[in-house]
Amino acid sequence: MAFYGVELSSRLLLGTARYPSPKMLAEAIKASQAEVVTVSLRREAGSERGGQGFWSIIRALGVRVLPNTAGCHSVKEAVTTAHMARELFDTPWIKLEVIRDDETLQPDVFGLVEAAKVLNEEGFEVFPYTTEDLAVADRLVEAGCKVLMPWGAPIGSARGLNNAYGLKAMRAHFPDIPLVVDAGLGVPSHAAAAMELGYDAVLLNTAVAEAGDPVAMAKAFALAIEAGRMAFAARPMEPRDMAVPSTPVFGKAALGG
Amino acid sequence: MQIFVNGDRHDIEPATLALALDALGYGGKKIATAVNGRFVAAPARPKVELSDGDKIEVLAPMQGG
Repeated sequence: MAFYGVELSSRLLLGTARYPSPKMLAEAIKASQAEVVTVSLRREAGSERGGQGFWSIIRALGVRVLPNTAGCHSVKEAVTTAHMARELFDTPWIKLEVIRDDETLQPDVFGLVEAAKVLNEEGFEVFPYTTEDLAVADRLVEAGCKVLMPWGAPIGSARGLNNAYGLKAMRAHFPDIPLVVDAGLGVPSHAAAAMELGYDAVLLNTAVAEAGDPVAMAKAFALAIEAGRMAFAARPMEPRDMAVPSTPVFGKAALGG
Repeated sequence: MQIFVNGDRHDIEPATLALALDALGYGGKKIATAVNGRFVAAPARPKVELSDGDKIEVLAPMQGG
């Protein structure tokens, strides 16, 4: 699997927020075997300098970072944040979020397409956080995006794949574009289901960070993603409406009255 | 003159962005900067003269999802 020409062996992208401690964060990343972690930019407090310590942890793990524009509500904010992220993290990768609604954290898809256009023209490699809407996805691809990241459910909601039908249609519509289910997953079976649909990868954060045992949950997600991908490659059987006996009928003894 | 750094008011002598950041303890730190909503790349900081009332954002790597 490759994003913008970068080959990755892990299909799990992990967020770095909301862990009980920095130590737990580092252990969860290791257990997940993720090669890409998401990060953000926030104001560096005058006295605490917390960002410098966080960066040391990420550097020591040797993982690739995907900075986000989380919390941005306008194209201008998102584009400026992307410029700051490119310099700070020395990467053209940007997880582009333009949020419209604070209750659902639903993307503002109009702003998203506009910001994606600007950033792609400026040489960024954009990972847009979007919905499963095919028209929006088409616009994002036209704008130059070579990866699409539809939501499973609202960020942090742990509801899983709210619209598996829509996600399946998206996979069929974009057979050659890397697709990542981003956000809304709660348990490993949600991730396995995404992978069984043929998605290339899964991005999650809260489901691991807020689990009772984040390290064990990170490993559980990694296993589920591997299992789901293997199942997709093995071509699952089609569901049927009626029962079909699995034990051969031929040769059955005549023991009835 | 007065400038605002991450929303906090500071009284400083007229200076460039680079000098102001040094004076406020950000020298050598891994940060990205913006002045009045516009990104200022690190190499440009010594050339940006601050004005009274400027709003400076100093951002650092942080946890994110």
